[in-house]
Amino acid sequence: MSRFLARAAVALAGLCIFGPSQAGELTVSAAASLTNAFKGVGAAYEAQNPATKVLFNFAASGALLQQIAKGAPVDVFASADQETMDQAQRQQLVKGDARRNFVGNTLVVVVPADTAAAPRSLQDLLAPQVARIAIGVPASVPVGRYTKAVLEKAQLWGPVEPKMVGASSVRQALDYVARGEVDAGFVYATDAAIMPGKVKVAFSVPTETPLLYPIAPIAASPNAAEAARFVSFVMSPPAQAILAKHGFARP
Amino acid sequence: MDAAWVALGLSLKVASWATALATVLGVAVGYALSRWRFPGRELVDSVLLLPMVMPPTVLGYYLLVLLGRKGWLGHWLEQTLGIRLVFTWQGAVIAAAVVAFPFVSKSARAAFENVDVQYEQAARVLGVSEAAIFFRVSLPLAFRGILAGMLLAFARALGEFGATLMLAGSIPGRTQTLSIAVFEAVQAGQDEVANLLVAITSVTCVAVLLLAGRLAPPRAIAR
Repeated sequence: MSRFLARAAVALAGLCIFGPSQAGELTVSAAASLTNAFKGVGAAYEAQNPATKVLFNFAASGALLQQIAKGAPVDVFASADQETMDQAQRQQLVKGDARRNFVGNTLVVVVPADTAAAPRSLQDLLAPQVARIAIGVPASVPVGRYTKAVLEKAQLWGPVEPKMVGASSVRQALDYVARGEVDAGFVYATDAAIMPGKVKVAFSVPTETPLLYPIAPIAASPNAAEAARFVSFVMSPPAQAILAKHGFARP
Repeated sequence: MDAAWVALGLSLKVASWATALATVLGVAVGYALSRWRFPGRELVDSVLLLPMVMPPTVLGYYLLVLLGRKGWLGHWLEQTLGIRLVFTWQGAVIAAAVVAFPFVSKSARAAFENVDVQYEQAARVLGVSEAAIFFRVSLPLAFRGILAGMLLAFARALGEFGATLMLAGSIPGRTQTLSIAVFEAVQAGQDEVANLLVAITSVTCVAVLLLAGRLAPPRAIAR
């Protein structure tokens, strides 16, 4: 009898751990650069929809895509570049007809705040005193892809690549610069604004095409209605105001 | 696919140096803890075991704060000796050595405690110097136990990921060890590369275990 009870207890514990996800929870995978802004958007959404809890998962867009592709239970995906969302759409992971561009951003080069002679242009990055540059890994990090494209266009990728320290997300690149472990880093203007005491913007990097962030609900999500509601909310004025406050541009 | 072989070479280089460093320190500390009774001995032993139980990312963070350019040790190293450890393979060695150290020190202490002090006392009576007693009496008798600890340390150093990533970063050819390379390949969706790296790592680990079985056969210990 006690063996049966023991087994029943284990089975019950298992059910509690692996039970279905609760209704009223929305899981949003968003690019690392959206960390601060989206937490505000999530809070505003929960205030408007008290029955829903928004759970965030922030990482480089490429890493998020891999999680979704391997079946992670995500409802909404917000990426930092079109390329990652295009890959998601090609793999039929997102609802293409509900995909929207919701903000824009700019690429900047930041240096540690105590740097005496900061580089003023991409050419200055070739100087010997700029020994290490934090760049997102182009294969999985959108800011790295943008950086590589800009440097290749200026025919500087060859000389700059040996100085590159790969970052797994734009926030890690920012952290490397803040710690002074690298001499410069490519991040978004919105990220540079988070650590005003530790990093300063050396110069802004113009890109061929504007940097636009897309958002879309996940095709396999069981919370389709909620996901669609969240995407509409992100496009609405209250959410756009929060995003603008953090430095994001209108789409 | 030579990026995979570069990562393998780097992993073996980092793990070997880390094991060597951990062994030298671990044997010294293990001997001291086994032979020297002082108040707080068990506390010191527990503190030195911390790298084994602490999450590697926490360890990596401590090392980064200590050895980074703005850390007190890292700043001194850069000013006086011009050494930078972050984003270098030497930094990776330090991270791996810190996590591998407790394996050697624990095994060494147990091994030395199993060495009968009568042998050491006999050598002392015969007029042998303390250093010679250590190298010619204690160490050879404790060798099998220390070797077991070294092999565990090597395996741990080979698989080290969290602390290494924090301290040394992921720079192909310089600090991107096999474990980090697998992580990056998965993040980038390069499944074939990831599969190849995982296969190489598994084969290497099996080879290390077989070598361990040859060098320290279990039956030899039960004497």
